[in-house]
Amino acid sequence: MPTEWSVRAITRAMLPVLLVLTLVELGSGLVLGTLEDRLLRSPSLLVLVPVTIGTAGNLGSILAARLSTAFHLGTLSFDAGDDTLAGNAVATVALAVTLFPLVGLGAWVLTALLGAPTLAPGTVVLIALSAGVALAVLAVAVTLATTYVAYRFSLDPDDVVVPVVTNVCDVLGVLVLFAAVLAFA
Amino acid sequence: MIRLDRERDDATGRERERHALAAGPTMAPDFCSPGSSVGAMGLRETAEEAYREALPALATSAVGGLFAGVVLGGMRAELRAVEGLLVLVPALLATRGSVFGSFGVRVATGLHQGLVEPRVDLGDERLRAAATAALANGVLVSLVAAVLTVTALTLLGSPVAPLPVMLGVALVASVLSGVVLTAVVLLVVFAGYRRGYDPDTFVGPVVTTTGDVAGVFFLLVAARTVLALVDAFGGGG
Repeated sequence: MPTEWSVRAITRAMLPVLLVLTLVELGSGLVLGTLEDRLLRSPSLLVLVPVTIGTAGNLGSILAARLSTAFHLGTLSFDAGDDTLAGNAVATVALAVTLFPLVGLGAWVLTALLGAPTLAPGTVVLIALSAGVALAVLAVAVTLATTYVAYRFSLDPDDVVVPVVTNVCDVLGVLVLFAAVLAFA
Repeated sequence: MIRLDRERDDATGRERERHALAAGPTMAPDFCSPGSSVGAMGLRETAEEAYREALPALATSAVGGLFAGVVLGGMRAELRAVEGLLVLVPALLATRGSVFGSFGVRVATGLHQGLVEPRVDLGDERLRAAATAALANGVLVSLVAAVLTVTALTLLGSPVAPLPVMLGVALVASVLSGVVLTAVVLLVVFAGYRRGYDPDTFVGPVVTTTGDVAGVFFLLVAARTVLALVDAFGGGG
């Protein structure tokens, strides 16, 4: 980053992005707000909120960073049979399948240690796993679409794809958690 | 003769053992080096490598996220008392992540370029400017998020705490978490760099993990402080 090391220069580079990001996050906050009563009744679900948002954003940003690198190295082609594309997509889903049941179980155990959980452990694990798998599939779709658009418009995917994917996945994290809570709790 | 033969056998046996031991470490870099992996890797190898490389950072940040969730689960009373506070949570956490992630990357780049010395020195102009910018932007954006939340909820006809309360919570939370995250980022990046690690590889997970925990924890502290002030001074109910 060739930004000058002064408060003014750093602010000028960062503030517009931060304000747009805040508007987007406010949207996911409003969705979260409509779930507030349900979340306050079941603390295990409230415990899931930050970790689901965070892990969704991380899955998206890691995939985006890897595809951007493959794109720069010229080893990526937009073809369903492309091994780099398919391998990274499979890994993203596998990571979600590994982590989210543990996250659900962790949320339930921590809630149980601190008070009486109102949901069965199986329900919390089911909500976490279904939200995680849906998020992984969405993260793959969003990352591929964004990387493809960057490629068509000859933009550097490092500048565009990682921030867009991370924030879209943050918002999707809340939406998918919302759907999973409505479906299973 | 026989004895000699056996000795030679033993020697080659030991030799073979050493080869087997060495095979592990020497094969790993071979496998990962661009020369052998680019183009030559199939779907399975690509998937396995991507999985192995991502799992530790993801798991670490998930543990941090769970602790942040526990703090959030423990502040149900405050979330009920300050209506609309939950709506503010994603914006506050995302702002923390972006501002201090960017601060960490900037400091790491500065170290690589030799612009910044790897020690905490408040007299260093560049470091002071970067830290001030991170703190100021974090506070400013949090206050904007509080105003937007109150406006949006009022327009939607939803119950929401008075604007001064939301502004107070956003201000206290962003100042406290900003000071702590500035210190954590500097200490971790400098300590890692001096031990020979590339800060670029760990600054992201460190910021997302501590950022979530510190963000929610200081939100709780801020909500309690502001509620206590409202109680003490009447605050108009």
